[in-house]
Amino acid sequence: MVEHLQADGEEPCVTLDAFLEQSNATAVRLESDEDARALIPFLDRLKLIEVAFPKFRDGRGYSSGRILREAGFTGELRAQGDVLVDQIGYLKRCGFDSFASEKDLNPADVEAAWSRWPEHYQGAADGAVPIWKLRHG
Amino acid sequence: MYKYDEYDQQMVDARVAEFADQVKRRLAGEITEDQFKPLRLMNGLYLQLHAYMLRVAVPYGTLDSRQMRMLAHIARKYDRDYGHFTTRQNIQYNWIKLEDAPAILADLASVEMHAIQTSGNCIRNISSDQWAGAAADELTDPRPWAELLRQWSSFHPEFSYLPRKFKIAVIAAEEDRAAMRLHDIGIQIVEKDGGHGAAFYVGGGMGRTPMIAPLIKDFVPLDDLLSYTEACLRVYNRYGRRDNIYKARIKILIHELGVDEYRRQVEDEFAHVKSLGIDPPKAEFDRIAAQFAMQPLDASAPDVIDRTDPDFAVWVDQNVAAHKVSGHAIVNISLKPLGGIPGDASSAQIDLMADLAERYSHDELRVTHAQNIVLPHVRKADLFPIWQALDAADLATPNLDLISDIIACPGLDYCSLANARSIPVAQKIAQRFADPLRQRDLGELKLKISGCINACGHHHAGHIGILGVDRKGTENYQLLLGGSGAEDVSLGTITGPGFDEDGIVDAIERVTDKYLSERTDGERFVDTYRRVGMAPFKEAIYG
Repeated sequence: MVEHLQADGEEPCVTLDAFLEQSNATAVRLESDEDARALIPFLDRLKLIEVAFPKFRDGRGYSSGRILREAGFTGELRAQGDVLVDQIGYLKRCGFDSFASEKDLNPADVEAAWSRWPEHYQGAADGAVPIWKLRHG
Repeated sequence: MYKYDEYDQQMVDARVAEFADQVKRRLAGEITEDQFKPLRLMNGLYLQLHAYMLRVAVPYGTLDSRQMRMLAHIARKYDRDYGHFTTRQNIQYNWIKLEDAPAILADLASVEMHAIQTSGNCIRNISSDQWAGAAADELTDPRPWAELLRQWSSFHPEFSYLPRKFKIAVIAAEEDRAAMRLHDIGIQIVEKDGGHGAAFYVGGGMGRTPMIAPLIKDFVPLDDLLSYTEACLRVYNRYGRRDNIYKARIKILIHELGVDEYRRQVEDEFAHVKSLGIDPPKAEFDRIAAQFAMQPLDASAPDVIDRTDPDFAVWVDQNVAAHKVSGHAIVNISLKPLGGIPGDASSAQIDLMADLAERYSHDELRVTHAQNIVLPHVRKADLFPIWQALDAADLATPNLDLISDIIACPGLDYCSLANARSIPVAQKIAQRFADPLRQRDLGELKLKISGCINACGHHHAGHIGILGVDRKGTENYQLLLGGSGAEDVSLGTITGPGFDEDGIVDAIERVTDKYLSERTDGERFVDTYRRVGMAPFKEAIYG
């Protein structure tokens, strides 16, 4: 089930620039045009990385998500912004595990959209076994 | 050819269910047109001038008779009894109702077909050589690699919201029949030291800023094909421009970065991506390749063709190509009858071509980027009955690669982007050059028409190209000379001021007359143009 995290009580995200200047923060926000790899040296101490999706058409955040997971980030990876039901499946595959949509998502729609796809053709950042591997054991 | 296993079928079925749900939510007003648009586009559904248009994928242009018959069925049941074969080896239907779209996709899924990623800013249908598996000059059949790429690119989670659409072609012959270097990624399977690898050309395309793809890597080991492609795409997804739709294709990124810098970034990304284990094992390629392998054709089949009927002999000379197995041939069916609409076929014609494929061509057909159909594996002894059947259905026009074998986009008759009509211009040119002897005397002459700057009609790559523009509210046609989408790839040059609809036909005639007076033995139009340059043609056109 997809979580819809509340901002209450959690540490606010700092910007990437602020984080790189004083890196005590444990939550950082990455804009869609910022380089996720700038965070790689600090992944151990980060609890939350929020990736901005200013428009649903702006797909840079999908690469950011995968790059962070591929580099070993194990904290919370949040997609924030213009996040729609039909994108959540792709976002999960790219390693996102929380969603702060500006839209009012119906959890049942989200669950239905996600559970429709039992398998996947390609490996990504969600640990799913690609179909070619299922074929060949 | 490739057959779905339970996994492939399950993916397509899931897509049908998903899209049915999305259409239901749209019809109920739960999602806006703005939100629905990217979803319908990823299912090939465009909103055009008069109706929805549905574009159905024909992966690498290959299909069997059962699938071809389904295309006819859709034309009959849901459209106006015809379909339009496209320059990306697909078919599109121009008169679709939104509420019918889920049922059409379900019909397609029942024959292992779909409309997945035939539009939208994602990786589109993979295109290939329409003679793959049959051509005498190929190194290997490129389609197993295209199928591997099809599966990898289908519902790719990272690359479904790219800056812009993304087109990949795979070929494996020196002769380029797929306009490979005018794709975002053109892959040529090549041989080096006895082994096969992939040459990657990245950043080609037409549109308003046409570019020929530069070579990014001359030999990618085939075990790395998907990793390398993924690295090319990731650099593009991260750094391709998103501020201006007209500068968002990968060609602009590579142009702005420079080829060397783009290559360096891809190599860095590849070094990382290769460590992720995303490349399937050889066993998966072998599983796919085995399905493209045919029963061996009978090389002792008769090699002689009875040319008694003169019309048949003309058709054989123009539309039949050499097959790699003796006694066999490749039949090219022209969808360019005199006065017709390039690429259109009626449901009856589609059914007939399916019947011929089943009976004579090992149940295989191909769609070509020049908007024709191919029967790839035909015995020479069967050519005559095939020709008779085609002729009776107005499908035996002997004009392959001649001036009337025109590529044309749908233009302002259908398309909401167009500035000018393409179809009437194509029809008038075909009429002007209707005399078959005159066409054959002009020889190979690839004429391509686009009704706007987006270049769906490949006008940049025409030996003669026509671009329709809007000039102060009237349709105006610019003329280009010297383009090619083949292995001698080049971009056409505009001759000068444009023409009205009749003027462009006259201008083309002056150009072809000039060619006839300038050519030396054996020179095609484009060869003469390259030798003598624009000036004599310009003089002939404008005086």
